[in-house]
Amino acid sequence: MNVTIVDYKSGNISSVINSFKEVAQNKVKIEVTSDLNKIKSSDKVVLPGQGSFKSCIDALNTINGLVETLNDFAIKNKKPLLGICVGLQMFADVGYEETETKGLGWIPGKVTKIDNQKGKYKLPHIGWNEINIMKDSKILKDIKDKSHMYFVHSYEFVPNDKNAILATTNYSSNHVCAVEIENIFGTQFHPEKSDKIGLKVIDNFINL
Amino acid sequence: MLKNRIIPCLDVKNGRVVKGINFVDLKDAGDPVEQAKIYSDGGADEICFLDITASNENRDTIYEVVEKTSKKCFVPLTVGGGIRSIEDINKLLNCGADKVSINTAAVQNSKVVVDSSKKFGSQCIVVAIDAKQNGKGWEIFTHGGRNNTGLDAIEYAKKMEDCGAGELLVTSMDRDGTQVGYDIELMSKISSKVNIPVIASGGVGNLDHLVEGIKLGKASAVLAASIFHYGKHSIKEAKEYLDSKGIPVRI
Repeated sequence: MNVTIVDYKSGNISSVINSFKEVAQNKVKIEVTSDLNKIKSSDKVVLPGQGSFKSCIDALNTINGLVETLNDFAIKNKKPLLGICVGLQMFADVGYEETETKGLGWIPGKVTKIDNQKGKYKLPHIGWNEINIMKDSKILKDIKDKSHMYFVHSYEFVPNDKNAILATTNYSSNHVCAVEIENIFGTQFHPEKSDKIGLKVIDNFINL
Repeated sequence: MLKNRIIPCLDVKNGRVVKGINFVDLKDAGDPVEQAKIYSDGGADEICFLDITASNENRDTIYEVVEKTSKKCFVPLTVGGGIRSIEDINKLLNCGADKVSINTAAVQNSKVVVDSSKKFGSQCIVVAIDAKQNGKGWEIFTHGGRNNTGLDAIEYAKKMEDCGAGELLVTSMDRDGTQVGYDIELMSKISSKVNIPVIASGGVGNLDHLVEGIKLGKASAVLAASIFHYGKHSIKEAKEYLDSKGIPVRI
């Protein structure tokens, strides 16, 4: 089996690579590439994302055919894909960071700024927060409710269909921190930076 | 609920951990990679490396340390010291750092903060502020505390937020290495002024100082070095103590 981490030159993905390699050891091949053919032929895809919604979407669009390849992979062929942080946010129809930007439209909804309640809550939401698991999922297998995960973000994904929500976290209000629709998974938190419990999420994805 | 973070800081020189008293009189406290691993296994919420002599010397050793550490520690890793340019930041992030802390370069040219937060995202740009009391308020120092800029620390903190910093690492030069506690007034003034998280640094000598940094200094995270390095306290002890004082921590 091979898992491909999409390298679309947006943000720092070394930690994602290191964590997947740590979990995979020599049993699963971890590819890091923007090569469309390699993405097409892989068993699973990881879509990381750092920076703004707009900068990530722009970076995806810079690589000719990448969005179409990802669409085929996740929507048409229904192969497993994991979005991390802005990687998850891009599943939305639209994001409002910097300026209104069209998303991948895989999970209907929007990405808006966390309400900081007039400065009562500092942004970015940085650090370890508990996740409230809403429903069972293969990707959260053996992860206890109220486990701590590491977050760094100022924007939140608001899906239209609440059934897509796997887990929430509380900061200012309850917001979505893990989603699943069929073969598409996403975490707002950073499993690659969430110590052993985060590596377990990665392990669950690799072993889906 | 978001937890307050405890961040052990390892001062690194030529690939080895040191911690000085007011930036002189260095002592060797071990291998940074092993130390970082001990800390992350012990429950550290993040790890911070500060390359203390990087402003003056060859700093390739830090890249190697970062690269090795990031393959063993799966909690956020912040690296600071001697970062001058977008290229330096890019190199550290590629080696596996999750955040960089920028000090002197941010004072000399705030565009570095603007450009790097746009390019890499605010989440990985920490601005380090070294401040010293001057009777009226606090002034910013650069070059590891050697140069006085005359800039007001509180105003500067606000400016760095506006430039795109994701967090501020505030060190009291008066307290650093003294073990008498954080400069609580400095921390709380800056924390009240900005809407981004503040990491308190400089002066921790006991666990009550960590409590004060969060409760009185309004810091989101507390950074300490020597109380952890020399086995005075473990990260676990520190967290249990904070928890007993009603401070939310990840245990």
